[in-house]
Amino acid sequence: MISSRFSKLLSWSYLAALYGFIFLPVAVLVLFSFQDGRLPVPPFNGATLKWYGEVFSDNRLMSALTNSLMVAIGSATVACVLGFCAAYGLARFVLPASRLQRGLLIAPMTVSYLIIALGLLTTFNWLGVSLSLWTVGIGHVVINLPLCFAIIYASMGDHQKNIERAARDLGAAEWQVMTQVSAPMLMPSILAAFFLSVTFSWDEFIIAFLLSRFDVTLPVEIWSMLRSGLNPKTNAVGSIVFLVSVALLLILELIVFRRTAKK
Amino acid sequence: MATASLETRENRRAWGFVTPALLWTVAFFVIPFIVMAAISLATRKGREIVMAWNFDNYIEFFEKAHLLKGLFVSLEITFTVTIISVILAYPLAWIIAERVPQKWQRMALIMAILPFWTSYVVRSYSWLLVLAQNGVINNTLVYLGVISEPLELASTRTATVIGFVHFFVMLLTLTIYANLVQMPPNYRRAAADLGANGFQVFWHVVLPLTLPGIMVGAFLTFVLCIGDYITPQILGGNNELALPQVIMLQLGRRADFPMAATLSIILMVVVTLAYIACARWLKMERT
Repeated sequence: MISSRFSKLLSWSYLAALYGFIFLPVAVLVLFSFQDGRLPVPPFNGATLKWYGEVFSDNRLMSALTNSLMVAIGSATVACVLGFCAAYGLARFVLPASRLQRGLLIAPMTVSYLIIALGLLTTFNWLGVSLSLWTVGIGHVVINLPLCFAIIYASMGDHQKNIERAARDLGAAEWQVMTQVSAPMLMPSILAAFFLSVTFSWDEFIIAFLLSRFDVTLPVEIWSMLRSGLNPKTNAVGSIVFLVSVALLLILELIVFRRTAKK
Repeated sequence: MATASLETRENRRAWGFVTPALLWTVAFFVIPFIVMAAISLATRKGREIVMAWNFDNYIEFFEKAHLLKGLFVSLEITFTVTIISVILAYPLAWIIAERVPQKWQRMALIMAILPFWTSYVVRSYSWLLVLAQNGVINNTLVYLGVISEPLELASTRTATVIGFVHFFVMLLTLTIYANLVQMPPNYRRAAADLGANGFQVFWHVVLPLTLPGIMVGAFLTFVLCIGDYITPQILGGNNELALPQVIMLQLGRRADFPMAATLSIILMVVVTLAYIACARWLKMERT
């Protein structure tokens, strides 16, 4: 009995210690974003919203934030549309070498972002394409397309096939079947793919760093802020990024949860 | 005849759905990769890149210590991180699966991976806050009088390893937990009935059955860790460079695209070798 109580105590302390380790940096980040002083380190001098005010009045940061949102939403939309169409084609029709096609579409998932970024950078350089938010967006579609394809393809079951066939028998054209029958049925997984892509694009650094020049995304702007060392303003920006990501995650969780609840 | 023409029409339509995604992947993934592979066989003359079609860059990689060292530093960091993360994550996954009440388990997992959603740059910066010369740990210890001089925590390999371990403990906890809850409890009961003690049950029954989860997580850790630039750059500093840092260095001041491409290909070869080494367990996961 004593040993079982001891092991219970040990388990709970281990749990507490590891959660402490996992949350320590985030807690420090958020806490000292309210620091009333020039340094985001202990001792804590008192709470102020001054640094958040500075973030929102910083034009560079605000334009980086808009850029990030534009790239994230744009690239996620393109990746979702391409991924959905490919999944529809491969799940509903018999195509030659479909295994190979699936493999090719998934392949970018297995390669480091750094290598994808470098490949695109050398190619754009070679072709004389100048770097901009568009090139960043292209890179983000490359990393998110496999994800969107895999998520949507996995959710295309045979029971939906019969409903689609019924729609076709009733005289619906192929594009009508796709947009008015398949897409609404698959909406939970399409939305899951979309929000996951938005989150990944929103957080992504190395592709955005190598493929952008004058207009940059938020992670790249934060990167350049790091040169000035520890600064409560960087904490404030970091906390905002964290908050947006958690909000996206919550939306995703609600969608996935709703889907599993329905089934 | 009629069915054949219907089939070809159907097929043409199907290609219409798949082609855009395939074209995108070929244009922005396959072709760039081929271009990069070709550039790795070129040489740099001043600002110009001249196609030489030889393996000089690869030979240079093995001859120049500072390039080769990048690979070894990366491998050392990656192995250290993978081992420490597995050792820390396994008990955590076990406690969540066994000790935490069923209805709280999902919540516990979501909490465990929450910091995962801060961006890479922000997460490394947060660790800098904790570890810097005037950071949380040093300031607290000095304030408490434990130490008189701040410890050298940031800009070391230890800092890089801590930053990585923090990230991968979350990932491994997920993959190991998934394996633990799939395991029928009868297996353990049967082993115990046959006279195995707690340790023997773990070593001969539980551990082998959760090996796929460990290996999947370890492989992901390996791939993501060895290709990451941010964590070693922000936390490790410039004292010793990991391979991605060496790659970025080629791009910066020197604009040496051929060498950067060569190093990237080498990085990919290493990842592929890791995949081949783990393939046995990665396949087991799928079935």
